[in-house]
Amino acid sequence: MYEFEFEKPSTVAEAVAALADEDAQALGGGQTLIPTLKQRLAMPSKLVSLTGIPQLKELSDNGGMLTIGGAVTHAEVAAAAAGSYPALAELASHIGDPAVRNRGTIGGSLANNDPAACYPAAALGSGATIVTNAREITADDYFQGLFETALNEGEIITAVRFPVPEKANYQKFLQPASRFALVGVFAAKYAAGVRVAVTGASEEGVFRWHEAEAALDASFAPDALNGLSVDAGSMIGDLHGSKEYRAHLVGVMTKRAVAAAG
Amino acid sequence: MPKDNGIGASPKRREDVRFLTGAGNYTDDINVHGQAHVHFLRADVAHATINSIDTSAAEAMPGVVKIFTGADFAEVGGIPCGWGVTDRHGNPQQEPRHPIIADGTIRHVGEIVAAVVADTLEQARDAAEAIELDLGDKPAVVDMAAALGDGSTKVHEDLTSNLCYDWVFGNPDDDAVQAAFDSAAHVTTLELVNNRLVANPMEPRVAIGDYSRGTDEYTLHTTSQNPHVIRLLMCAFVLGLPEHKVRVIAPDVGGGFGSKIFHYAEEAFCTFAAHACGRAVKWTSTRSEAFISDAHGRDHVTKIELALDADNNFTALRTNTMANMGAYLSTFSTSVPSYLHGTLMAGNYKTPIVQVNVKTVFTNTVPVDAYRGAGRPEATFQLERVIDKAARELGADPIALRRQNFITQFPYETPVALTYDTGDYVATMDKLEEVADVAGFAARRAESEKNGKLRGFGINCYIEACGIAPSNIVGMLGARAGLYDAATVRVNATGTVSVFVGAHSHGQGHETSFPQVVAEMIGIDESMVDIVHGDTGRVPFGMGTYGSRSIAVCGSAMVRATEKIIAKAKKIAAHLMEASDADIELKDGQFTVAGTDKSVAWGDVTLTAYVPHNYPLEELEPGLEETAFYDPANFTYPSGAYACEVEVDPDTGKVSIERFSAADDFGNIINPMIVDGQVHGGLGQGIGQALLENAAYDEDGQLLSASFMDYAMPRADDVPFYQVDHSCQTPCTHNPLGVKGCGEAGAIGSPPAVVNAVIDALQSGGKNVTHIDMPLSPARVWAAMNG
Repeated sequence: MYEFEFEKPSTVAEAVAALADEDAQALGGGQTLIPTLKQRLAMPSKLVSLTGIPQLKELSDNGGMLTIGGAVTHAEVAAAAAGSYPALAELASHIGDPAVRNRGTIGGSLANNDPAACYPAAALGSGATIVTNAREITADDYFQGLFETALNEGEIITAVRFPVPEKANYQKFLQPASRFALVGVFAAKYAAGVRVAVTGASEEGVFRWHEAEAALDASFAPDALNGLSVDAGSMIGDLHGSKEYRAHLVGVMTKRAVAAAG
Repeated sequence: MPKDNGIGASPKRREDVRFLTGAGNYTDDINVHGQAHVHFLRADVAHATINSIDTSAAEAMPGVVKIFTGADFAEVGGIPCGWGVTDRHGNPQQEPRHPIIADGTIRHVGEIVAAVVADTLEQARDAAEAIELDLGDKPAVVDMAAALGDGSTKVHEDLTSNLCYDWVFGNPDDDAVQAAFDSAAHVTTLELVNNRLVANPMEPRVAIGDYSRGTDEYTLHTTSQNPHVIRLLMCAFVLGLPEHKVRVIAPDVGGGFGSKIFHYAEEAFCTFAAHACGRAVKWTSTRSEAFISDAHGRDHVTKIELALDADNNFTALRTNTMANMGAYLSTFSTSVPSYLHGTLMAGNYKTPIVQVNVKTVFTNTVPVDAYRGAGRPEATFQLERVIDKAARELGADPIALRRQNFITQFPYETPVALTYDTGDYVATMDKLEEVADVAGFAARRAESEKNGKLRGFGINCYIEACGIAPSNIVGMLGARAGLYDAATVRVNATGTVSVFVGAHSHGQGHETSFPQVVAEMIGIDESMVDIVHGDTGRVPFGMGTYGSRSIAVCGSAMVRATEKIIAKAKKIAAHLMEASDADIELKDGQFTVAGTDKSVAWGDVTLTAYVPHNYPLEELEPGLEETAFYDPANFTYPSGAYACEVEVDPDTGKVSIERFSAADDFGNIINPMIVDGQVHGGLGQGIGQALLENAAYDEDGQLLSASFMDYAMPRADDVPFYQVDHSCQTPCTHNPLGVKGCGEAGAIGSPPAVVNAVIDALQSGGKNVTHIDMPLSPARVWAAMNG
């Protein structure tokens, strides 16, 4: 990797100040950024670690609203949300491998917005709110395409607020090599309606399958999805699956998520 | 009561203590005082002319010691090919120069274009980025059929075409073979791909070159399966160094699977650069580099035809294969699709006519060479797939069809040049049917179907030829090396034994199993025997470890050397007991005189050998150390039958392996636990090939699966618990231990069983799918079901 400065502030304000430098970059758990640096594919002037900020490590369950600090690891979410939001805990417990889960953070994952990552499906599928040092962003506004988000330069995810649904489930069909989601579907039933978010599949990144949501609003059952399909044209086609295959899997995984949600 | 010592016992692997507790000594653990580091600037395009390389800015960078380009190696040889194949017209293979660093032309992504030696690795990488290359792009040659077409761009301008050789084996009479097909009652034809693989041993390659100005001696530490072969090739063909001035050390090596047999440019570079720079030069491959610089495996495209008579007897077999050589000929590349593949095409069957046609092709891809099984998996896969397809077409039971055509008389001369010494294919099939619980399959299928899954059962047989030999025959076939091995048994004064072996252990457990043999022969505890390997400065000239040869070839040399030791020790014992050496018996470490109660202990005799006060010095030299070289009379022929049971999820195409059973005949077995482990590992790699692994290139010659993000290695949950049985044992008739090889069997025998099982599952679901090319990924299976 190239040389860089390193700072580990203990407050959000210090972190924001440190990130004001040109080409400074925030470092969460480093599960994407560090390998990228080792490959010399990025050349930040400075890394600002966010894992030393106590505020970002907080996790609270406030009667139907789960608030997770931006630097909370996947393993911590898997443990802490097991009672309050089991579908989210289950998702977190199957991200990567134990090393990834013990280092990787929810803020890091959402800021990176890998098109095959799991957390974007949970955030979008839950209608979560992304809280930053500057503002609050709804998940519907936050995800803006492959590796693209509404975050501004130097903006830090301080917390993510998940409204807890009546029922929910995440189904991940594994890409055989990376074990990221080839297709992952998060389905959640709220009083206000059903949300279905799909990761891994689309060339536009995580997306809501509105047609399925409408059908499931009428009847939250797998059979309600019969005859529905996503447009294969906008799906990813690669070594691991054609566009048509991914479109097909979106249907299969959505049905399975609904069935498993009960 | 199982034995707890000697041949047939299963002591735990003694080497694992250091491997598992971080006390191993791998090449990257070694650091030489004052060493510099090299970073290789590798081509990121598949085919280009190098118009110019400007290293001036890079040379001025901090820490840079020296920068090398192709021009620096103009005066040394290229990497040699170790096997010259003669084509169907009697002409030699086309053999291009294989430079250490690209000289004028880039021919594959990953080829070394320049090498930067610097004080630190990061400095070397920084400087490499400052090298300015002016390249003239050329079209990439990737597809083999297109490469052989008229007007294709040539990978090597100085060759006549992209054809390395066009080879025929078995019955060369096209008309006679065609007549057999014309008169057949049924012909089954199958076109298939044997997918390209990357070996991916856990430890990437490492090389450290060192040069002593004081003694004019070189030392190369390298991750090799055969240090003497590397020394010979590098000294005699590449660098022109006197062999006695070069020591090659391959210490603990973390897996090879064939990929560490070959002499690589990086080894020669570090040795050369150590002299040129006046300091040691170290290179440790990254995983990314390994994907584009380790030799790949397999990559065959084949059409196979099987002719049967009206009674379902196999009457003729004909194959046409294109085999990818990549951009250059790696060390044993040309032998793999020819003699290591063609000689196995008879399989376990008495097919009277076999014709094998192979065209090997240059492409702008990483060189392809031996990978666990090397030619034999490619032969087994096509044969066992076409038999299964024939059974389905004929409505025959796939097990019965195989049994009907088994070779049952031994020795058996195949139509493809081998003589199988022993085997019992009926016995291994009987055993397989038992351990695989064939009778219970219908109930298991019904249970799967109740859960919405399709269940399939697939079997195959395999025969393989291990311990490639004898040297005079392989020499006639084109090998440019002997294939014997060597062992020195050094008995110390106090009775402990060091055995210096030419075989190399990089996961095989030799340090445990080899001492079992010596301990058994002498009647001492295994803890008194150690193996030394992997250092040309310590061990006799051996050929290393590959092709499941270690115990069959090097183990035989060790037995011969130990026999010499025992013969000499008996003479010493006879002298001590004032008896005739013909009357001396050795049992449990005690020498006795037959018919008397006289005895002396092993330790008394060994001490006497080194403290020869009471010793027949006129007749016998002091000391107790013997060397033997062993050149086998024939290959050994392990064989067996494998069964796979899969479930297929019809909604997603995902295949899961529910059961895998193996019935192997490895002849006599030294350490059953280690043999189990070898089979397990082989099966895992075979299942990896069948379901997961695929080195895929795009049309520009870019490797699409160039990291573990896209190249799917088998993980623990991709494979089932195996049922492995090796109770069927027909000992090899021509080596002293009666042993056969076991290292590659699992990888050779498992892919067809997996594919046969998946086809069976899909057919049971009413899908008329007769073949899917490996890997049978969910996407491919789903596409086949919905095609």
